[in-house]
Amino acid sequence: MSRMTGADAILRSLEAEGVEVMFGLPGGAILPLYDAMARGTTVRHVLARHEQGAGHMAEGYARASGRVGVAVATSGPGATNLVTPIADAWMDSTPLVCITGQVRSSMIGSDAFQECDITGITMPIVKHSWLVTDVEALPHTIKAAFHVARTGRCGPVLVDVPRDVQEAVFEFSYPEQVDLPGWKPPKRGHPKQIRTAAERIAAAERPVLYAGGGVLNADACAELRALAETGRLPVVTTLMAKSAFPESHELHFGWPGMHGPKWSNWAINKADLLIAVGARFDDRVTGKLSAFAPGADVIHLDVDPAEIDKLRNADVPVVGPLKPVLAALTEALAERGDPPGATEPWLHQLAAWREEFPLRYGETGGELVKPQLVFETLQALTAERDDVVWTTGVGQHQMWAMQYLLCDRPRTFITSGGLGTMGYGIPAAIGAKVARPDATVICVDGDGCFQMTAQELATSVLEGLPVVIVIVNNGYLGMVRQWQDMFFAERFSQIELTYAVPDYARLAQAYGAAGFTVECEDDLAETLAEAIACGRTAVVDCRVDPAEHVFPMIPAGAAALDLVEFPGEEEVVGA
Amino acid sequence: MKHTLSVHVENKPGALARIANMFARRAFNIESLAVGPTERQDVSRITLRVDCELHDLDQIEKQMHKLVNVLRITELEAGESIERELALIKVAAPPARRAELMALGDVFKARVADLGTDALMFEISGTPEDIDSFEELVRPHGVKELVRTGRIGLSRAATRADRPRRQHVFR
Repeated sequence: MSRMTGADAILRSLEAEGVEVMFGLPGGAILPLYDAMARGTTVRHVLARHEQGAGHMAEGYARASGRVGVAVATSGPGATNLVTPIADAWMDSTPLVCITGQVRSSMIGSDAFQECDITGITMPIVKHSWLVTDVEALPHTIKAAFHVARTGRCGPVLVDVPRDVQEAVFEFSYPEQVDLPGWKPPKRGHPKQIRTAAERIAAAERPVLYAGGGVLNADACAELRALAETGRLPVVTTLMAKSAFPESHELHFGWPGMHGPKWSNWAINKADLLIAVGARFDDRVTGKLSAFAPGADVIHLDVDPAEIDKLRNADVPVVGPLKPVLAALTEALAERGDPPGATEPWLHQLAAWREEFPLRYGETGGELVKPQLVFETLQALTAERDDVVWTTGVGQHQMWAMQYLLCDRPRTFITSGGLGTMGYGIPAAIGAKVARPDATVICVDGDGCFQMTAQELATSVLEGLPVVIVIVNNGYLGMVRQWQDMFFAERFSQIELTYAVPDYARLAQAYGAAGFTVECEDDLAETLAEAIACGRTAVVDCRVDPAEHVFPMIPAGAAALDLVEFPGEEEVVGA
Repeated sequence: MKHTLSVHVENKPGALARIANMFARRAFNIESLAVGPTERQDVSRITLRVDCELHDLDQIEKQMHKLVNVLRITELEAGESIERELALIKVAAPPARRAELMALGDVFKARVADLGTDALMFEISGTPEDIDSFEELVRPHGVKELVRTGRIGLSRAATRADRPRRQHVFR
């Protein structure tokens, strides 16, 4: 016990939680907390240039490290700028604790300067939130916030602390236990359900393991691999699960969904058993729900009971934390001692499809750099390295990143899946670099995305968190262009960003970063290699062909068999 | 199909808002809602009437269970529970019609809570269906104002305690 202010107590609480870094930006209502930081704390503070950046940095940190990300902002606009990262963390189940300042308790409700009801605003997108009105409740609240953020299905929480509560003095002690009678995440899967699941897997001829982001959140990648290898089960990983299963593994069969390869979607379409692991049957994965895995029974493993039967009925649901559930399922499967080889014909078929339907795009060697070649070059440059962490923005480049960048190690592909937040890539990369300072962190970004959070280049440079940002610059909001081209009769509307404004290399240089421009395919490999090796924050502006679309594509609401493939060079010209 | 859910929540600020917000966000419909204290000071009981298919009911329950303030959810099943509602109904009642209206009230055990020169106010409690019927009968006389509490309920006294609904997914 010792006497201190609420602000100091917040820091002592974060220290007690083992927090090593927080991302934030000060302002009026959070001044006491920043004053306490100045008096001393072991928690590093990374100063962002915009609270949205701070929030995405905290997300990137959480995704790369598996720990809870912490973001700090002031009241009013500081807090509302955190709304997008909070929504993003909600959709992708990223553990996040947001601490916001609030106007003095006595002024709440009076429309005071920089007042906003941030607990009200964020209510639909947090697991829980607290407005702390009594300093005595502060330690318990922080304890509970971390507990809720990282237990059960991970996600964001918010703690709103009025300025007078930060200033109030009290006897601080950090609780050892949380007191949350209504919070009871499942602790283990039901053994009988797990046995039934093992029986169904053993009986299946064409099983597919459909792994979602929950596998990474549960730190269950090794267990997933053990299950796949024990049962000789082919694995598809969703965008959020990318890197949860080694992509050079013979049992990995790509990524399901709207821009997944034909073989991945066919695997699901022809499967007789779908084993969904920490996946939520998102519409970007399923397309037309009734035509998704139409011939398959479903085993659904998830820590969140509400995901069971939400969109697709599960024949065998298993609710529980994935790490022990997957381990128990593997054990149950191994104990059966079934003769090996049952899935070999199916694996053989999938491999044949993979051979038959490779990813294709237009001929290289033309005047403009093909965007896909940027990704193939990045993949070739990094294939031998084991220290690369990728982050992305949202759009065409993100889908190409999914298709072409192969990730063999967990938590090496960090992207905004559910919310689809443009601008996620740069701050997420900075957060990932904090989590893994020895890693080579490369943000593959679009030109549209880059311009949404480019101000964080300053954070990267000044905080000594060098990341490499590769802009796949087609001068357009590329994914919108693709949709307008394919589904709106080529009526292009408000999408032209131009190659030249801004001059990305010079903008980078203005921030004190290295800036490069690539305008022809011959320069691509050398320039990218130079940027990756330079040891500074670097921006590589790769000007690419805007006519390239992401293929294959399952149009929104269509079925896997309606997949549209790359139509061939002659049809694409002039598209 | 309609269901009545009895939800124990921590008596904390925002608990009701979180539930109402979750219903709105997930496009679930609340037909009636009543909130009040329970035998425990730190616990409130929310009685919700929801109109849904059984599949939705599962989702509603599971999504509610994810709210940190929600302690327990019980379905009050017809026949195994007692459900009541209170209504206050102000009806036009010129002296000539008073006797007729009061006789009507007697049949339904509705009490005259207030009497004015040209109107009277009934206070009636009973099953929501009883109140529907009474409302129907007095409506031709001219209902000036009406308020209903929304249904509340408890499982029958013979029942051990109100059993939490079985969670299908844990089977």
